Amino acid sequence: MTESVITTDAVTVTAVDKVFEAAAGQVVALSGIDLTVEPGEFVSLIGPSGCGKSTLLRLIADLDTPSSGSVEVFGTSAHQARVDQKYGIAFQQAGLLPWRSVAANIALPLELHGSSSVETRERVAELIALVGLDDFGDRYPDELSGGMQQRVAIARALAKKPELLLMDEPFGALDEMTREYMQTELLRISAETGAAVVFVTHSIPEAVYLSDRVVVMSPRPGRIAAVVPMALGSTASRADDLREDGAFFEMITAVREALHGGAPASSARGVENR
Amino acid sequence: MTQAATVARAPSRRPRTAPPASRARARAWGFGALGLAALAAFWELYKLLGPADGLVIGEVRVLPRTSDLAMPHIWETAGRLFEPVTRAEGARVLWLEVAIAASLTLGIAAAGWIVGVTVGLLLALVMQRWRLAESAALPWIILSQTVPLIAFAPVVKSWGSRIEIGAFEWQDWMSVAVIASYLAFFPVAVGALKGFQSPDRLHLELLRSYSVGWWQTMRYLRLPAAVPYLLPALRLAAANAVVGAVVAEVSTGLQGGIGRLVIQYAGQASGDPAKAWAPILGAIALGLIAAGSVALMGALARNYRRTEDAS
Repeated sequence: MTESVITTDAVTVTAVDKVFEAAAGQVVALSGIDLTVEPGEFVSLIGPSGCGKSTLLRLIADLDTPSSGSVEVFGTSAHQARVDQKYGIAFQQAGLLPWRSVAANIALPLELHGSSSVETRERVAELIALVGLDDFGDRYPDELSGGMQQRVAIARALAKKPELLLMDEPFGALDEMTREYMQTELLRISAETGAAVVFVTHSIPEAVYLSDRVVVMSPRPGRIAAVVPMALGSTASRADDLREDGAFFEMITAVREALHGGAPASSARGVENR
Repeated sequence: MTQAATVARAPSRRPRTAPPASRARARAWGFGALGLAALAAFWELYKLLGPADGLVIGEVRVLPRTSDLAMPHIWETAGRLFEPVTRAEGARVLWLEVAIAASLTLGIAAAGWIVGVTVGLLLALVMQRWRLAESAALPWIILSQTVPLIAFAPVVKSWGSRIEIGAFEWQDWMSVAVIASYLAFFPVAVGALKGFQSPDRLHLELLRSYSVGWWQTMRYLRLPAAVPYLLPALRLAAANAVVGAVVAEVSTGLQGGIGRLVIQYAGQASGDPAKAWAPILGAIALGLIAAGSVALMGALARNYRRTEDAS
């Protein structure tokens, strides 16, 4: 285990607090957060609304700064990691630019950082193939279904070959069938790219299906209640049949109980049990 | 869920409930022509049925006279366009004279439009960049439009006539263009600012995650997102530039433009009432050409207006 000290963690969050100044006074969004994500690891953040899971993701992305504590990404500050484009990000809304074709949307981060047009074209073709959107490169976002738009957003997040992918409920707006399909696609893509993923969700089965570890958070103030390792084999080897496996349901139960502070769950408020 | 099923959903978004574009366009033209015909019919009907001396209540004439002097028949006005301007030997046909004057005014208005659009865009850029500039400048920009145009046209002319830099000498038409630009910059400044501020938080944060600066955010996000706001602003600016140019021609007394022709022919209306309407028709055509040119630009920027169509 001594070698593991040498490798740099993908994400290291140390003693982070986040306090928002509101008109009615201070709101403690996060309190005493410690978390590490190893390279190539898939970690889900789950918890009811208001537990600060999205806030934590935004701190890692340097879209917001912690009130105290530190956030490091691959051994540098979160700010430096953003400047160096160490991560790719996808939100609940695909957030595609409506005036750009699928290919041009995926190319955006490459264009912004001065890749040559030949490089860009080759990389975009790779990414379009990776997310299974061949023949759709010339289409515009308004011509795509929600699932397809989200795939474009994932391709765009992967454009700069980041070793860290940050995802904030990316499948939250999709219907259940599309969602399950996209989950399996994401497992394939993360296995192919080898990127670490921090994935915010409020769906227990989604977190269990995708993750190496599920970080269970509780609200007011946002804290980490438990970290549940998923004993389900490597994420790369998982497929849809896992959803009907007994071990899968055991893990769902484990996460659900963690959400309720160890007690057997009656009903999880604000958390989807589907 | 298979990929095919996801894909199959895509085309279902394309058909719209509205009729196809070509039919919609034909209908728009049809209604436009119908409107014109209705206007002509109303003109002639009122001329036929209305009292010859109009309707006067107390001191105020609430309905116009219907005499041939005040309201020439449509066909007389139309026919007059194809007769010579004066009885003098070699005089031009009226419509040609009007067209020549209109093209001069159009040129001046276009110059004013370009200056106005440039100034408007620069103001919007500065106001977007610095919040302080917005709070400082926006009230003045709005206030600027309350200054009566006719009042300050002569001032601009007299200031301009004092400008002489080397070989450059201020021309009278430039005063007219400046006044046209004064009316044109306003909708562009306001519309562009609104457009630049239109991107939602999601897109702004996406660009922030790419760690790009203000200028690239402007170029890749704010400017393209502003197109649906800019096009109506540019169209309004074009119409304003034409109005400004015509009015400024009148109040600065510039020769050769359509504004001058309106005044000149109005003076001859007692002897030749149909002639006075020719430059007015010319001015209307100018406005249509100006607005039409901007609409053409809008057609070129189709891809930036996809959200407009979708909503």
